[in-house]
Amino acid sequence: MAKIQLNGKKVSIKSNYSIFDLLKRYNLSNKKVAIEHNGIIVARINYKKKFLKSNDKVEIVTFIGGG
Amino acid sequence: MKKDIFKVAGKVLKSRLIIGTGKYKSFSETAKAVKASGAAMVTVAVRRVNILDKKKPILTDYLNPKKIIYLPNTAGCFNSEEALRTLRLAREMGGWKLVKLEVLGDKKTLYPNMIETIKSTKTLVKEGFKVMVYCTDDPLLAKKLEDNGASAIMPLASPIGSGLGLQNKVNISLIIKQSKVPVIVDAGIGTPSDATIAMELGCQGVLVNSAIANAKKPILMAQAFKDAVYSGRNSFLAGRMEKNYFATPSSPSKGLI
Repeated sequence: MAKIQLNGKKVSIKSNYSIFDLLKRYNLSNKKVAIEHNGIIVARINYKKKFLKSNDKVEIVTFIGGG
Repeated sequence: MKKDIFKVAGKVLKSRLIIGTGKYKSFSETAKAVKASGAAMVTVAVRRVNILDKKKPILTDYLNPKKIIYLPNTAGCFNSEEALRTLRLAREMGGWKLVKLEVLGDKKTLYPNMIETIKSTKTLVKEGFKVMVYCTDDPLLAKKLEDNGASAIMPLASPIGSGLGLQNKVNISLIIKQSKVPVIVDAGIGTPSDATIAMELGCQGVLVNSAIANAKKPILMAQAFKDAVYSGRNSFLAGRMEKNYFATPSSPSKGLI
């Protein structure tokens, strides 16, 4: 178990949890999103390779309506 | 006659009306308004996904980015770092290189901070972005943006969401005359006739959000804007008559009884 900060909220995850697993958990695998992991943008091809550890900060963003 | 083509950063757009997708009551209304407007490009903002509601639909479920050009913006960014971070994330999301930069300077007027805007434009152009830039209507600063590689100059007609229309036609005209890249009036348009005036001045396009989204019937208003932009462009191409101080009769005087 580890605790990360996801979009400003504390979230518990299992060990050996990747960005890919995180996206699956929130039904976001097939959506247009981008990920920032501890302030660094993660390329799509690295989602399965990037594992999360306690206190990591993850931001998942998408497009919303805006002018 | 030569075909009238609207091109931004090498991309041909089939409409000179660009639609902002904020403030609509629902995604479904957004999609219908965009369709009615005939727009080929929409602006979108980048924000956190709502992780508390997994089933909540997102904009891309309603507006297919394969069918309409998404123009990611940096709305809400008040300095260069925030704007760059936002657009780098947008690029990662789907390879968007054509973006709209807006760096705001004041919460009350949402007036652009031109110092940060110029700085950000330089960096983004260096990183390979094609940058359409929201800016003040100062011709010197607009020129500076163009010199720094902006793909389009987007001066405000009046403050964002104010609906006050074109407040400084002279400055907008000066910017149009000096610019080699498209000038697109962004922000402050309140009615379709405002859009027509902008197009008659020679703007290459207009960007409209609040005037449509805040109308009582947004879908009908989107249609009205489509017609207004089209009319304004045709009027510009046709070339207006000269103004005279005295009357000239429209009917011939020969054969008067």
